[in-house]
Amino acid sequence: MTATPAPKEASTVPTRQRPGSDPTEDAQPIMRRVKTKLTSKWATAAAIIIAVVWSVPTFGLLVTSFRPAPKQVGPRSNGWWNAFLDWDFTFKNYVDVVTPAGSQSANLSQYFVNSIAIVIPVTIFVLVLASMAAYVFAWGKFKGRDALFIFVFALQIIPLQMALIPLLQFFTQTLHLPAGSYAQLWIAHTMFGLPLGIFLLHNFISEIPGEVIEAARVDGAGHSTIFWRIILPLSVPALASLAIFQFLWVWNDLLVALVFSGGTADVAPITQRLAEISGTRGARDYLNPAAAFVSIIVPLLVFFGLQRYFVRGLLSGGLKG
Amino acid sequence: MDFIGGKLLQVVIAIAIFAAVIGIIMLVVDRAPKSVKDRVTVAGFLAPAAILMLVGLVYPAVRTSMLAFTDASGQGNGFDNFVWMFTQPEALATLRNTVIWTVLVPLLSTSFGLAYAVFIDKARGERVLKSLVFMPMAISFVGAGIIWKLVYDYRGPGIEQTGVINFIRAALGMDPKQFLLDAPENTLFLIIVMVWIQTGFAMVILSAAIKGVPVELIEAARLDGANAWQQFRNVTVPGIRGALVVVLTTITIATLKVFDIVRTMTAGNYDTSVVANEMYTQAFRAGEPGRGAALALILFLMVLPIVVYNARVLRKQREIH
Repeated sequence: MTATPAPKEASTVPTRQRPGSDPTEDAQPIMRRVKTKLTSKWATAAAIIIAVVWSVPTFGLLVTSFRPAPKQVGPRSNGWWNAFLDWDFTFKNYVDVVTPAGSQSANLSQYFVNSIAIVIPVTIFVLVLASMAAYVFAWGKFKGRDALFIFVFALQIIPLQMALIPLLQFFTQTLHLPAGSYAQLWIAHTMFGLPLGIFLLHNFISEIPGEVIEAARVDGAGHSTIFWRIILPLSVPALASLAIFQFLWVWNDLLVALVFSGGTADVAPITQRLAEISGTRGARDYLNPAAAFVSIIVPLLVFFGLQRYFVRGLLSGGLKG
Repeated sequence: MDFIGGKLLQVVIAIAIFAAVIGIIMLVVDRAPKSVKDRVTVAGFLAPAAILMLVGLVYPAVRTSMLAFTDASGQGNGFDNFVWMFTQPEALATLRNTVIWTVLVPLLSTSFGLAYAVFIDKARGERVLKSLVFMPMAISFVGAGIIWKLVYDYRGPGIEQTGVINFIRAALGMDPKQFLLDAPENTLFLIIVMVWIQTGFAMVILSAAIKGVPVELIEAARLDGANAWQQFRNVTVPGIRGALVVVLTTITIATLKVFDIVRTMTAGNYDTSVVANEMYTQAFRAGEPGRGAALALILFLMVLPIVVYNARVLRKQREIH
């Protein structure tokens, strides 16, 4: 971190003349402005370099996933950048990875469906339950409310690792949830998503003006009406960001899946399959990049499509510090 | 594609059951007699989340804490697991690695993120540049593992290199390096992957915080003759202190729990294991749930001070409200 950080360019833009400010202010710092321009040019260059360095690994994977098998592994293989020199691309890897053909097949389409079947209910469950709890923490009146809320906040840090063994025992021995069904994954993910969800939504919901709620109450609206008709519609930005957060988190999870899915093709998500096939080195290594890309394409789409909400929600409430 | 039907049905049934439960709660809340209405509302809105968190987090945390004092057969063995942890060389290496991770990852991610946020502030193409660095956030740790295995790829000396870094090393006349095998620096190469993922998060939060620093303050510092570095250090950094704390905390907690990167890239071999990974190995692979639980407990104790600190900040904020 030796480079000088860029000064805010805004400061070089003449600001509105405030009463009493020196009218010659604009003429004076010409030298300084030249210098600022230069440093900001260096800063921009540094930023571009960082952006390139950050993107090259993913870009390399994308290019590799389109290269024919002999170019990827074996004696005639070479680095992915050579693909541009002798222009040799194929879709075959992707076809092989998603079609269920042969015992060695990655068979990703089935795991892909599993991921979707896991992530959609969990996201709905967490959003509804967390917003209900957040509403009560923000606007309900009961003894020990603040202490309880801080306790929920603190729950965020229980390492999942700590919860896994007892929860697995509880699911199988007490509840007798069938192994190899989605139920265990849905419930476990919902449990683990709630503390952060409640925390994020609470920050947003508690800043809704009290008059709005008061007015509805005067009009005779009950708590459930206020919650569904006022709180939820007003919280859409926060709900959207939590939904994206929860979606990415569950989609990308490996640990919870490893413990609760039983590892069958009926239930296991795509990350688990990906970890399996990339863990075993073999003749079909050339399929890993394509498989990896199939697994990251959905989160990338969600992310790029909705990142504006994602960021806005992250910044609401607590995280503005 | 007939497997989709059954899965879809499971999803629909789960969501229907969930909707029915929520519907009943709302009905009860609305029909409750006036005298207890508020109490019923609090209970109804909070109960589902509270029960799930109690069963999924609080109870398992207590159970795991107890499990930490038992041996493989479930008999109490006092502090044996902790003695094992702090005396066995492999377990010690795990603890050492975790400390290295939790020091380096938050520090590096936050510094890069901050520098980058400052560099791109108001630069042309700010949104694109931001997206590129933020993108790894959307990629699963498993996907990231595959991406970086490709970057770190190794071939014997004299053979054409397929990994970007070894290709550059060869071009510079250096010997290729086995980045993931050579201890102790292989831990650093794994840490780079985590930094790659977390920097975008730090950057987005800090960038928004920087934009929240009043322009007038920076202008005033500039008029006082502060250079770019002084402006940054004396105005920008104090102005975003809150956001810095949040970013450091969040990344530290995420780092302490990190598991998938190590799991997919080295599986914890070659002296790269961390507590979260070792916990999984001991509990689910080696048949030593007691040791696994003890490691989880240590993890919890490591996160605890961070949470206590944040809970205090949180309480202060709520008092101001």
